[in-house]
Amino acid sequence: MDKIKVENLCFAYPNGNQVLHNVSFRVTEGESVGLIGANGVGKSTLLKLLVGLADGYQGRVYVGGASVEKRNLAAVRKNAGYVFQDSDSQLFLSTVYEDVAFGPRNYGCCEEETERRTMEALRKVHLEDLRDRQIYRMSGGQKKLASLATVLSMEPEIMLLDEPSIALDPRNRRNLISVLNELSAAKVIASHDLDMIWDTCGRTILLFEGKIVRDGRTEDILRDRQLLEENGLELPLGLQRRGIDPD
Amino acid sequence: MNKLGRAIHNIHAADAGRQGRAGAVHPLARLLVALWYAVAVVSFGRYDIAGLSGMLPYLLIFGIWDGISVKDMAGRIFPVLVLTGIAGAANPFLDREVYWRIGQNGVTGGMISMATLMLKGIFCAASSYLLMWEIGMEGICYSLRCLHVPKEFVTALLLIYRYLIVLLKEAERMMQAYKLRAPGQRGIHIKAWGAFVGQLLLRSIDRAETVYESMLLRGYHGEFAGKYFRWEKGISISYVLLWGMAIACFRAVPVFELTGNLLQRI
Repeated sequence: MDKIKVENLCFAYPNGNQVLHNVSFRVTEGESVGLIGANGVGKSTLLKLLVGLADGYQGRVYVGGASVEKRNLAAVRKNAGYVFQDSDSQLFLSTVYEDVAFGPRNYGCCEEETERRTMEALRKVHLEDLRDRQIYRMSGGQKKLASLATVLSMEPEIMLLDEPSIALDPRNRRNLISVLNELSAAKVIASHDLDMIWDTCGRTILLFEGKIVRDGRTEDILRDRQLLEENGLELPLGLQRRGIDPD
Repeated sequence: MNKLGRAIHNIHAADAGRQGRAGAVHPLARLLVALWYAVAVVSFGRYDIAGLSGMLPYLLIFGIWDGISVKDMAGRIFPVLVLTGIAGAANPFLDREVYWRIGQNGVTGGMISMATLMLKGIFCAASSYLLMWEIGMEGICYSLRCLHVPKEFVTALLLIYRYLIVLLKEAERMMQAYKLRAPGQRGIHIKAWGAFVGQLLLRSIDRAETVYESMLLRGYHGEFAGKYFRWEKGISISYVLLWGMAIACFRAVPVFELTGNLLQRI
């Protein structure tokens, strides 16, 4: 079953800047899809459109079976969790627990259920010991994981992550990758960290100037040096170091 | 840590809401007691400084109970002291009637009324600080909702508070960036003020919008589903009744005046 279905999506900002042109793709249950491309190709905009944070698009967008339009936004957002690029934007309450519990409480969970979901989410990201930590006392890596937990506590069927590995040290990045790989939800991960995409996504969509250039197996796309370079990217560092270069 | 960093730190620390030691008390009970205390404080006459001093035990008891540093609290309420001092600065010149004598020096009504005004300000600010320390901003907003204050008002209050932090953080970042490129310069050059304030507002609005989007994406629908407070009815009612009576006693019985008279007799 399709968790995300995008058909002929076109989007322009109010200033007339056309960001997406005829974008079409599907994401099935449990699938993990990488969204890659150079700066400004529309990755973040595409993710925001999927949760209704940008309106006025043309085409059809379905998330969790519901069309992304104003009257369905509550259902769409309940099914799809969005992790912001900047953790400081995602976390706005005083302690980790309160922030992670914010979603379940808003969706009407009783306090026992909220606590169960919150602790479960914190366990998944290995932050259960920091439940009462004040957000402003946390490191960047911990904030990133806490941001992820704020979404996990809503138990979404779909997760959209915008640059999840940005500003993480190698250990936190590795931790994030293992957390993402353990999640059963369908995932769309927008990132410039091609090594992380390699480690977490079976399928990758390459965007260039608002269009899908290639949609296929991650391994095939990330090994194609010419394709990547033509679209403003480079081979993942891991492949460069290992000297795995089809050319 | 610079001044802005300290301000952010202080807001977060206060925001954490420790719930004091009487954790089973409903936030509304705490708010009602604090309001009752404020009403009792402002009800004193302008020359009744001895009676007003009798309201101090409430602050002392709560301060010790919650383990609050006197230095920290003094730092928070100092601006109130300055403001009330400015507000009452004309009193000593307008009211010159001598009320007391300390040796050869007369204490005029203007001096007493100014001191009373400052003391009232300090007491009210300190009790607000204690309330904030105990239940945090969310506890206050939760209590206001229990009092059926319109949700639009309460949500606006909470969001203003949240956005204040966003504004301060942006200001801190910009200040740091400015200082790193203007070594040896004290403060921001007057020529840069306009651009600085404009940038600060634009960036803060941008950040605030993202925070709001994050709230929307997690089911926010106009009502802030904040912190869950555990409380017990019996303890909360007892808390209001006991503290209500205690404050009424502090208000009615001039403890310091009676103690002074007693000491004079001895």
